[in-house]
Amino acid sequence: MFEFFNENQVMLASVAKELVEKEIATHAAEWDEKDHCPTELFKVFGQQGMLGVFVPEQYGGAGLGITERSIILEEVARHSAGFAIALMTHDLATAAILNHGTEEMKKTWLPKLCAAEVIGGLSVTEATGGSDLSNQATTIEKNSAGYLLNGRKVFITNSHIANLNIWTGTSGVNEKGRKVLSAILIPPETPGLSAGRKENKLGLRGSITGEVIAKDVQCGPDSIVGKEGKGSAVALHTIGNYGRSGMAAIALGILRASVEEAVKFGNERIIYGNPLSKIPEMQAIIADNQVEYEAATAMLYNATAIYDNGKDAIPKLAAAKYFATEAAVRASRRTMDLMGGYGVINEYPVGRFLRDALANIPSGGTSQIMRVIVAGSLLR
Amino acid sequence: MALTIAVCIKPVPDSEYYNKITIDPVTKRLNRDGIPTVINSMDKNAIEAALRLREKHGGRVLAFSMAPDTAIENLKRVLAMGVDEAYLCSDRVLGGADTWATSYTLYKAIEKTGPVDLVIMGNQTEDGGTAQVPSQLGEWMGVPHLANVIALDYEDGGMVVKTKADRGTIRYSLKLPAVLAVTRDCNEPRIPSVMDILKVGKKPMRILRAQDLDLNPDFIGIKGSPTQAGEIYSPDMSRKSEALVGDPDEIALRILDELRKAGISIG
Ligand SMILES: Cc1cc2nc3c(=O)[nH]c(=O)nc-3n(C[C@H](O)[C@H](O)[C@H](O)COP(=O)(O)OP(=O)(O)OC[C@H]3O[C@@H](n4cnc5c(N)ncnc54)[C@H](O)[C@@H]3O)c2cc1C
Ligand SMILES: Cc1cc2nc3c(=O)[nH]c(=O)nc-3n(C[C@H](O)[C@H](O)[C@H](O)COP(=O)(O)OP(=O)(O)OC[C@H]3O[C@@H](n4cnc5c(N)ncnc54)[C@H](O)[C@@H]3O)c2cc1C
Repeated sequence: MFEFFNENQVMLASVAKELVEKEIATHAAEWDEKDHCPTELFKVFGQQGMLGVFVPEQYGGAGLGITERSIILEEVARHSAGFAIALMTHDLATAAILNHGTEEMKKTWLPKLCAAEVIGGLSVTEATGGSDLSNQATTIEKNSAGYLLNGRKVFITNSHIANLNIWTGTSGVNEKGRKVLSAILIPPETPGLSAGRKENKLGLRGSITGEVIAKDVQCGPDSIVGKEGKGSAVALHTIGNYGRSGMAAIALGILRASVEEAVKFGNERIIYGNPLSKIPEMQAIIADNQVEYEAATAMLYNATAIYDNGKDAIPKLAAAKYFATEAAVRASRRTMDLMGGYGVINEYPVGRFLRDALANIPSGGTSQIMRVIVAGSLLR
Repeated sequence: MALTIAVCIKPVPDSEYYNKITIDPVTKRLNRDGIPTVINSMDKNAIEAALRLREKHGGRVLAFSMAPDTAIENLKRVLAMGVDEAYLCSDRVLGGADTWATSYTLYKAIEKTGPVDLVIMGNQTEDGGTAQVPSQLGEWMGVPHLANVIALDYEDGGMVVKTKADRGTIRYSLKLPAVLAVTRDCNEPRIPSVMDILKVGKKPMRILRAQDLDLNPDFIGIKGSPTQAGEIYSPDMSRKSEALVGDPDEIALRILDELRKAGISIG
C-alpha cells in the first residue's frame, strides 16, 4: 500500500479488494480460458461507484481522481487484468466526455456511463499504425445534418460490447496541408456502426478487442468532442492521463499477484525437505519482484497525485506506464522460474499473469513510444 | 415504527494472517502485534440485518464495540456499510475481559447512549467463539434473546424470527426490546460503495472511556472476569516418520508388517 494514501483511499483499496474477491477472483481463470467478458459486472462496479470515480458528483460520479481510479484497477487486475482493461477503457469514453465534451454531452452521458447503463469505448488506432496517430484514414465530413463518419478501427477494447463510442478521424487539412483530426461521439443505436473481427489475444483475455467499422454513420451537429480539428488533443490527453495511468495500475495488479504467488508457492513447495523459499536464489526472486512492485507503485501514485493536483503529468505517467508494464513481464516471468515445471502448468495462474503482462505493453502506447515521450519532455 | 437498533461488533485477527499469530510461552497471551484486524464475519451479517430493517421501517443503527483504540479503523468500515453512529468502549481497565465482563460493558454502553428497540449481534466470533456474549447481554438488559437466527422481520410492533435447530427451524414472535444473534445464513452483507466511504467522515463516532460509563469497577476488565484462560498451547503437529528403503517387494512387505503391528487386519 502506498504510504501517502489518505484514509478514504486506504478504505477504498480494502473495499475494492473485498468486491474483487467476491465477484472476480474465483472466475478469472475461466474467463481467461474461455475468453469470456463478464459484461454483467459493469453494472455491479457502477453501483459500487467504481466507474468514473473521477467524475464530479453533479454528473453521477464520486468526485475523486485518477489516483482512486488506479487503486480500483490495481485491485481488479490483482485477479483479472483482462476484466480490468475492459473497465479501464469504459472509463476512457467517460474521461473524454468529462474533459472535452459539451455541457449537454456531460449531462446526458456521464451519469449513464458511471452507472454502466451504457458501455463506453474509445476508437483511435487504425491499421496504419497506432503510433502514427495523425495518419488516419477515417473521415469525419461536415454535412447538412451534422457530421458523416466513415472508417475502420483496429485493436479496440470493448469493440463488440460498447454502445457509446468516441472516435477520432480526419476532418480536414491545416494550412501546412497536414491532416487534422477531430473526435466525435457516437450515441447508442446509431445506424452504420458495427463490430468486425474479434481478436484472439495472447493475454488480457476476458476483455474483448476487435475491429469497429463505421459506414456512413451520421452524427448530429453537436457531436464533436472538444473543438473541431483538435481531436489529437482529445486522444492524447485521454490516453496520456487516463489510459496510461490505467494500464500502469493494471500492471501493478499483475506485479502484486506475481509477488504473492511467489511467496505462496515458495512457502508451500517442499524441496530437500524444506520450503523452497529457504533457498537464497529463490528469495532473490521474491525480493526482486517486491522491489519492482514498490518502485512501480511509487512512480504511478506519485504521477496520479500530480495529475489530480491539476498539474501536467504526461511524461511521468508515460514513465510509470513504461516501467510498470515492463516490470510486470519480468516479475511474472521470475515467479514462473521460481515454480519450476509448475510454472508452465495452466492450473496455476502465473502463466496468465505473464500473458496479461505482455498484452499490456502495446495498449495505451508501446514502450518505445513511452521512451519517446519521456525523452521528449527533457529535450524540448 | 422507526427502530433504533444497536449492533455489536468485535474486531478479530484477519484470517489471512493466522499463520503469523504466536502464543507467548510465558504470559500465555496471543501475540497479535502487526496482525491487522477485520470485523468478525457474522457481525457483518448483524449489520446487514439492521440496515435492512432500517431501510424497510425507518430508524437508526448504532454500532458498539469493546476493543483497543485501533478498532476505530474497523468502526469506520462499519460506518461505510451504512451504520449511522459508532461507539468504541476502549480503556486500559477494560482489558482482559471475559465474556461476562464484555457483555456487562456493552450493556452499560448501550444503556448510556439511550434506549434501543433491538440489539443484533453475531452468533459467535472467529477468535474467542464462545457464543456467550449475546445471551449474556440479553440477561443484563432483562429482555428476550435468541441465538442461531437465520431470518428476522419487524411485524405488528414485535419481531418475527426464524432460528436454526438441529432438525429444521423454529419460528418465534418476540416483544421488543430484544437481543438477536444472527448466523451467516441470515443474509449477504453488503460491500460499501465509494459514495458510502466518502460519508464516513461526516458520521458521529465516539470513544467511550471507563469514566464515561456508569460502571461497577468489580464487573470490568480482568478483575471483573470470573473466567481466566488456563493453559494455552500450540499442538505439536509433527509426526513420527521413517523412510523405508529397499526394493519394491521388500518395502511392500515392510508396509504390511507395520500395518499389522498397528492392529490393522489385512487378509
Ligand atoms: C489489448 C489491447 C487493447 C487495445 N485497446 C485499444 C483501444 O481501446 N483503443 C485504441 O484506439 N487502441 C487500442 N489498442 C491499440 C494500441 O493503442 C496500439 O496497439 C498501439 O498504439 C501500437 O500501435 P500498433 O499496434 O499499430 O503498432 P505500431 O504503431 O505499428 O508499432 C510497431 C512497432 O514500431 C514501434 N514504433 C512505432 N513508432 C515508433 C517511433 N516513433 N519510435 C520508435 N518506435 C516506434 C512501436 O514501438 C512498435 O514496436 C489496443 C491494443 C491492445 C494490444
Ligand atoms: C482464543 C480465545 C479464547 C477465549 N476463550 C474464552 C472463554 O472460554 N471464556 C471467556 O469468558 N472468554 C474467553 N475469551 C475472551 C473473549 O474473547 C472476550 O471476552 C470477547 O470479548 C467475547 O467473547 P467471544 O469472542 O467468545 O464472543 P462471542 O460470544 O462468540 O461473540 C458473539 C457476538 O457478541 C458480540 N461481541 C463479542 N465480543 C464483543 C466485543 N468485544 N465488542 C462488541 N461486540 C462483541 C459480537 O456481536 C459477536 O459476534 C477468549 C478469547 C480468545 C481470543
